[in-house]
Amino acid sequence: MEMNGLAPVPDSYDYDLIVIGGGSGGLAAAKEAAKYEKKVMVLDFVKPTPQGSSWGLGGTCVNVGCIPKKLMHQAALLGQALQDSRKFGWQFTEEVKHNWMTMTESVQNYIGSLNWGYRVALRDNKVTYENAYGEFVGPHTIKATNKRGVEKLYTAERFLIATGERPRYLGIPGDKEYCISSDDLFSLPYCPGKTLVVGASYVALECAGFLAGLGLDVTVMVRSILLRGFDQDMANKIGEYMKEHGVNFIREFVPTKVEQLEEGTPGRLKVTAKSTTGDQIIEGEYNTVLLAIGRDPCTRKIGLDKVGVNINEKTGKIPVSDEEQTNVPYIYAVGDILQDKLELTPVAIQAGRLLVRRLYAGATTKCDYVNVPTTVFTPLEYGACGYSEETAVEKFGEENIEVYHSHFWPLEWTVPSRDNNKCYAKIICNIQDNERVIGFHVLGPNAGEVTQGFAAAIKCGMTKEQLDNTIGIHPVCAEVFTTLSVTKRSGESTLVSGC
Amino acid sequence: MAALRRARRGAGSGLCRTLRALSGKKNEYDLLVIGGGSGGLACAKEAAQFGRKVAVLDYVDPSPQGTTWGLGGTCVNVGCIPKKLMHQAALLGSALKDAQHYGWNIAQPVHHTWSVMAQAVQNYVKSLNWGHRVQLQDKKVKYFNMKGSFSDPHTVRGLTKAGKETIVTADNIVIATGGRPKYPTHIAGALQYGITSDDLFWLKESPGKTLIVGASYVSLECAGFLTGIGLDTAVMMRSIPLRGFDQQMASLVTEHMESYGTKFLKRCFPTKVEKLESNRLQVTWKNTDLGTEETDSFDTVMWAVGRAPDTKTLNLETVGVKTNSETGKIIVDASEATSVPHIYAIGDITEGRPELTPTAIAAGKLLAQRLFGQSSELMDYDSVPTTVFTPLEYGCVGLSEEAAVQCHGSDNIEVFHAYYKPLEFTVAERDATQCYMKMVCLRGREQRILGLHFIGPNAGEVIQGFALGIKCGATYPQLMKTVGIHPTCAEEVTKLHITKRSGLDATVTGC
Repeated sequence: MEMNGLAPVPDSYDYDLIVIGGGSGGLAAAKEAAKYEKKVMVLDFVKPTPQGSSWGLGGTCVNVGCIPKKLMHQAALLGQALQDSRKFGWQFTEEVKHNWMTMTESVQNYIGSLNWGYRVALRDNKVTYENAYGEFVGPHTIKATNKRGVEKLYTAERFLIATGERPRYLGIPGDKEYCISSDDLFSLPYCPGKTLVVGASYVALECAGFLAGLGLDVTVMVRSILLRGFDQDMANKIGEYMKEHGVNFIREFVPTKVEQLEEGTPGRLKVTAKSTTGDQIIEGEYNTVLLAIGRDPCTRKIGLDKVGVNINEKTGKIPVSDEEQTNVPYIYAVGDILQDKLELTPVAIQAGRLLVRRLYAGATTKCDYVNVPTTVFTPLEYGACGYSEETAVEKFGEENIEVYHSHFWPLEWTVPSRDNNKCYAKIICNIQDNERVIGFHVLGPNAGEVTQGFAAAIKCGMTKEQLDNTIGIHPVCAEVFTTLSVTKRSGESTLVSGC
Repeated sequence: MAALRRARRGAGSGLCRTLRALSGKKNEYDLLVIGGGSGGLACAKEAAQFGRKVAVLDYVDPSPQGTTWGLGGTCVNVGCIPKKLMHQAALLGSALKDAQHYGWNIAQPVHHTWSVMAQAVQNYVKSLNWGHRVQLQDKKVKYFNMKGSFSDPHTVRGLTKAGKETIVTADNIVIATGGRPKYPTHIAGALQYGITSDDLFWLKESPGKTLIVGASYVSLECAGFLTGIGLDTAVMMRSIPLRGFDQQMASLVTEHMESYGTKFLKRCFPTKVEKLESNRLQVTWKNTDLGTEETDSFDTVMWAVGRAPDTKTLNLETVGVKTNSETGKIIVDASEATSVPHIYAIGDITEGRPELTPTAIAAGKLLAQRLFGQSSELMDYDSVPTTVFTPLEYGCVGLSEEAAVQCHGSDNIEVFHAYYKPLEFTVAERDATQCYMKMVCLRGREQRILGLHFIGPNAGEVIQGFALGIKCGATYPQLMKTVGIHPTCAEEVTKLHITKRSGLDATVTGC
């Protein structure tokens, strides 16, 4: 089909909806649209990493995010469980080692089954899927280029951009040649060995955490603070715990170059780093350098300029209305590429589904981005919903918020005698609004399982009084929230001593 | 002079007695708590916060097998705490199997040594006993290791193990003596040869091949962890499991236990227990389905056929405290008051209340606040969440499906449900057949949530927050607006959308 530059829009389109990006948001939207008997196409394509890694249908979460991350985190937790089990009477060989390949193969097999499952789901829902790179070439028109370079043009009444993000590189000598990112880690065909993780994001800390848990020598190089954007009180506790459990931290340094000392799987790399506060230069040798300094949206090379979709030039993110619509009325966007929205799978899925229901089923419900709960799966997990202490103070004023907090000791850790007074629970209440709970924070095992229900309660507007009136389930970690009484304001100790 | 002195003394003491009688004798304590368990200790400590003079009497009659324990009550010594720790030991056994799939190389088979676990658990419990004594001391609560019985509405006679007597008087008395396991004394050999949960957690040696009689959560939880640590375990049930709980969920729990390795002798009841020469126990039972009599031998027989309130030796009749004639439990009103003024009761001993530590603690604290703190807040026993710590845990809050149907009619309720697979089970190649959840809602515009039921790992952690939501009057739409945390099991609650009514497949399919 030829484009003559005068931009006439064809009367009948190939598709009702073309989704660019087969990740969490894109697939959810596509399957939902098919339910309303719309003609839908999904274009998904993964440009290989500098190291050559690639993967199948499903997006970041399934392939190089949530899923493999949680499974490897679980592998690390099981390592701890092995140690605990001796205290509970289990006996086995003294020396227990971890085999990276066994774990990675199992994880990749599971991911493969998910990729397959998605393809089947799309087929069953009569959604057309092409493993091709999509980019706009003109109004209502997209060019899809497959692996072999074959190009096809498609038109649609509406488009949904859900191309997500990819890890950022440092822009220093040796970064693309020798470093890996989370895109490579989960399918690495050899044990990474002694690893330097550069970054302080949750990606950096989660990966450093499980690598250390598997028995590897891990160092994290942090430019300034940990977990920017998260409650800093909690972030520091996470860092402390990791340090106590064998993760090395190099604070206030940034790498300036990476050189290869020896090839291999893994090889040996030399990292030179400069202090951010002075002139100090340090060097270190590692088998693997994992960059986790941030992610950039895949919006710069998909032809958005051809159709006039505005993006934030600095960040590459797409600003949308509260109905996920871009500045071009027939083009929408969901997921990690959105400006000022959370980069989470469930948010993308929710947004995608609700958008489609509004487009095709006459629904009016918009995605509720407020009080979205999240969990960081570091060795000591952190679940949160609502305001951090800093943002609450900023918004409401310190005099108007009350922070209740407590340490707690999971019963399961008593017998192995470990980590007393490391787990921590904190809620932030708005004094002027009936002590409504506006922030929930928990540091402890199964933080995600604990946080989910409280997130639902926060949506129902729970107050401190209602929390106090709820009976705890005994003995579990979550019950600590039903008996919070010490405020930060009082300065009283929150250390625990027993039942 | 002496005579005058004598006369004065005589007159003085007579006057004293008369004065006391006129003014009403002053009681030694503001509050006396009989029973140092979850409820009793919480009440005592809270009262002490208000600067009151408080005393606690705690005494443990040894079990028929001779087991006894320290301060803290059932939960700490022979309930929640040791139970959860042994449950954890069993879970770690599964973790060891999982670990291999995740790349950890452990030579099989692994062995479990009962005494290592038991000692660790018992030591921890003892540290809690100590902790409680220190706490009472710190809060200036007087503690008597004595068995109490009423002499009159304000007087309790305390007896030590050695038989020494102390009289304690108080303005207010709280009875929190809890319950003890029942023995089926009509079965020959039951008392003589069987143990109960009172003994199980304190055994120094492994119980070996064990038969647990009963269908309560005590029975299933104990059978669950014994199986998990590698013991040959059987559960004998006369009729249904977990009476009072949602029966669909109860079936899933026992189904999982069966695939986990626990043997079930369903619709059977024991008729006698005899000791063999080998010291093993021979149990004979009737199978009501087949109408046959069967026998087998076990190392240990444990009775888990219910618990009875510990009121016999309290002398309640003397002071007129009314009890339920059927259950023996103390009848209380919404303020935990008994039929006698200034005498209250909390915890497992009270009629119509959940037998849970957190409710006893909350009731105890609120009672103290009403008595001494100018509060009028009553305990709210509505929508109390709970968890059964079987190998695959079951957490719930609110109404069972049956209760909801009975209350509102099946046309007026909607049940959303889902079968799901915890992510951690995938690589571990674990069977998730019984991982299931359901939400019972009222139909209609609001769709208020009446009950939530979840079977899976960490069920207690999952349910706690939702219990709070239900207390806030959560509706189905509100839950659907809540974004899930990924990847967790709990997020599936926020994604429930298949109704039982639709008949559609409720299996969660991928991301």
